[in-house]
Amino acid sequence: MRNRKLAEKSGADILIEALIAQGVDTVFGYPGGAVLPIYDALFQHPKIRHVLVRHEAGAAHAAEGYARSTGKPGVVLVTSGPGATNAVTGIADAFMDSIPMVCITGQVATNLIGSDAFQEADTIGITRHCTKHNYLVKDPAELGAVVAEAFHIATQGRPGPVVIDIPKNVQVATAEFDHHGNNAAKRYVPAGDADFAAITQAVELLAKAKAPILYTGGGIVNSGPDASAALRELAALSGAPVTSTLMGLGSFPASDPAWLGMLGMHGTYEANMAMNQCDVMLCLGARFDDRVTGRLDAFSPNSIKVHIDIDRSSINKTVRVDLPIVADVGKAIRQMITIWNSRKLQAQQLDEWWARIKGWRSVGSLNYPASQSEIMPQYAIERLYQLTKDKAPVITTEVGQHQMWAAQHFHFESPNKWLTSGGLGTMGYGLPAAIGAQMGNPDALVIDIAGEASIQMNIQEMGTASQYRLPVKVFILNNEWMGMVRQWQQLTYESRYSNSYSDSLPDFVALAEAYGWKGIRCDDPSKLDDAIAEMLAYDGPVMFDCRVSKEANCFPMIPSGAAHTEMILHSDEVSGTMDDEAKALV
Amino acid sequence: MHIKEETAERHVLTLTVDNEAGTLARIAGMFTARGYNIDSLTVADISEDHAISRITIVTKGPPEVIDQIIAQCERLVPVHKVTDLTDAGPHVERELALVKVAGAGDKRVEAMRLADIYRARVIDATVGSFIFEITGGPDKIDTFVALMREVGLVEVGRTGIVGLMRGSEAS
Repeated sequence: MRNRKLAEKSGADILIEALIAQGVDTVFGYPGGAVLPIYDALFQHPKIRHVLVRHEAGAAHAAEGYARSTGKPGVVLVTSGPGATNAVTGIADAFMDSIPMVCITGQVATNLIGSDAFQEADTIGITRHCTKHNYLVKDPAELGAVVAEAFHIATQGRPGPVVIDIPKNVQVATAEFDHHGNNAAKRYVPAGDADFAAITQAVELLAKAKAPILYTGGGIVNSGPDASAALRELAALSGAPVTSTLMGLGSFPASDPAWLGMLGMHGTYEANMAMNQCDVMLCLGARFDDRVTGRLDAFSPNSIKVHIDIDRSSINKTVRVDLPIVADVGKAIRQMITIWNSRKLQAQQLDEWWARIKGWRSVGSLNYPASQSEIMPQYAIERLYQLTKDKAPVITTEVGQHQMWAAQHFHFESPNKWLTSGGLGTMGYGLPAAIGAQMGNPDALVIDIAGEASIQMNIQEMGTASQYRLPVKVFILNNEWMGMVRQWQQLTYESRYSNSYSDSLPDFVALAEAYGWKGIRCDDPSKLDDAIAEMLAYDGPVMFDCRVSKEANCFPMIPSGAAHTEMILHSDEVSGTMDDEAKALV
Repeated sequence: MHIKEETAERHVLTLTVDNEAGTLARIAGMFTARGYNIDSLTVADISEDHAISRITIVTKGPPEVIDQIIAQCERLVPVHKVTDLTDAGPHVERELALVKVAGAGDKRVEAMRLADIYRARVIDATVGSFIFEITGGPDKIDTFVALMREVGLVEVGRTGIVGLMRGSEAS
């Protein structure tokens, strides 16, 4: 028997108080039958801002954008059945890109579970393999501890999404709740510091290297701002060049002379050649994705590979490494700096290595044919970058050619400024992510660099931006094609453009105006700067329909199944067909 | 183009997991989702308060895949510990099977005689049938079942194996 009787609260009230106790101030969601008790509790808790999206996929991507740009977990609230299934793409996206997210889903009452009740879906079953963990809460007394553990799991270690499925009767039923007493059992203990002997060996390898490279990834961003600061120090100490995956852009400043640009399928020639020719590769919070490695048996054949990752399962998954280190990458880099300094190590003479890199750089792999008559998409990104860089904007993207051009031609000086769907490659990510980022960073300039096809996948979220007066800018590179699909069809299917033309496009300017946005259209390179300035000068949301060259391709490119050394730099090197082995790898 | 087969080796893994709803689905589903094999799987709670279960999984794969399987299992929140018995050293594996055989005359006598040799116990008998209970390593049970096919095998139920490390330490 307890001496002290705590006040009984409803599950819905317990949930809201537990969220507040976790520091949650913003929730992205959409109401429905199975979450009405939670929405009623929200109504009475003004501490939490609820952002009403137009589709649950938008809620999940907005939470991702909020999380990636602020470093705090994104919180989603959706109803059962279709509410939950609509959010699944965003949940899967957060799982692939290691984004901390807690998604609360309503569920039919416990006595109806399994009866094919109205708006019932097996949310736990559906999300089991695209979440870090998930819960079906059957008693409001468990809710406090579940919420605390869910936030712990979502944010610690390799971050990821956690789903909490709450049946409607559990939201209504009451239980005792004291958030001070809710120390969730810490059964999830992620890696922290690196093993001293191993990290010392890593430092020695780096100090002895004659051709080192730092291959960085999204783990640097996830580890926090200090990981990014530490990376800069380590690069300066070792004199090593730095490249990054798509997800890691911004963790190392693009203005630094040691920056090689992004690596991988659409990475720079110098980054991919340096990866191929290095003698010591230090992989920091990246995961040897197939878009990065190209053909595995030809991947960096002569290097000693060190891999530091917080997730043991990322190590030796596709590429065998010589020195695996399971640790928080930020802490591990700090340890490396400490060891380097305490031993007063000196980097090797790297002049020869840098001379080779200079040679690769001189290829100018990001060059593109200029045009006076039409806007080249790369040019549009370059101008957007030049005209906004002083404002350190947050850039989101959709998925496709525009995403790769943005990665190549927009440059970042700091982390948490680049929000893109890397692993899952989700078209429709950019606009809701921009909305989430703008909610988390009210004073920032937030631009979604989009394609005319991708933007239509979550275009309904324009209404959300209007409702919350979020001045997001959507910059559409409109080439009237699903450009990356068209490019692959040109390069590997002899230009058989099966269903890749963006037919029946809306008038984006009229659409903008219909939603109360400003619409701008530009198709003349000589007027582009003025049009961008007009977009930036407007203090509300803007949709910019940038009509670009229709048939531009994204180069450089490592064809699927090819090695880093087999980069295609220009379209004239493309044969127009590919064997079955290569086709199957796409 | 044809799909290539990979060479595989057999490994016995034991997992110590939280005994809560969905844990087994999480593990089994992860195997399916990532294309790993499960040859057999046993699960039962092993702690006094029923909070912890032990799962024994027999799987197949090249060494690097086995390593990934272990890492992916460890990544799951309710999984506390994963041991690869095959890698860890000397261990014992046991499986129980129930084998129903029907027949008369010589075949019935022969079934009984073979069961005796294999130390299978009779746990049910009718005029025309036996159910044998046999415990042992998977090879022994395979052999016994193969022999029973010759003398009137009706059906077999097998538990899948459980295993422990030899010696005084916990695995």
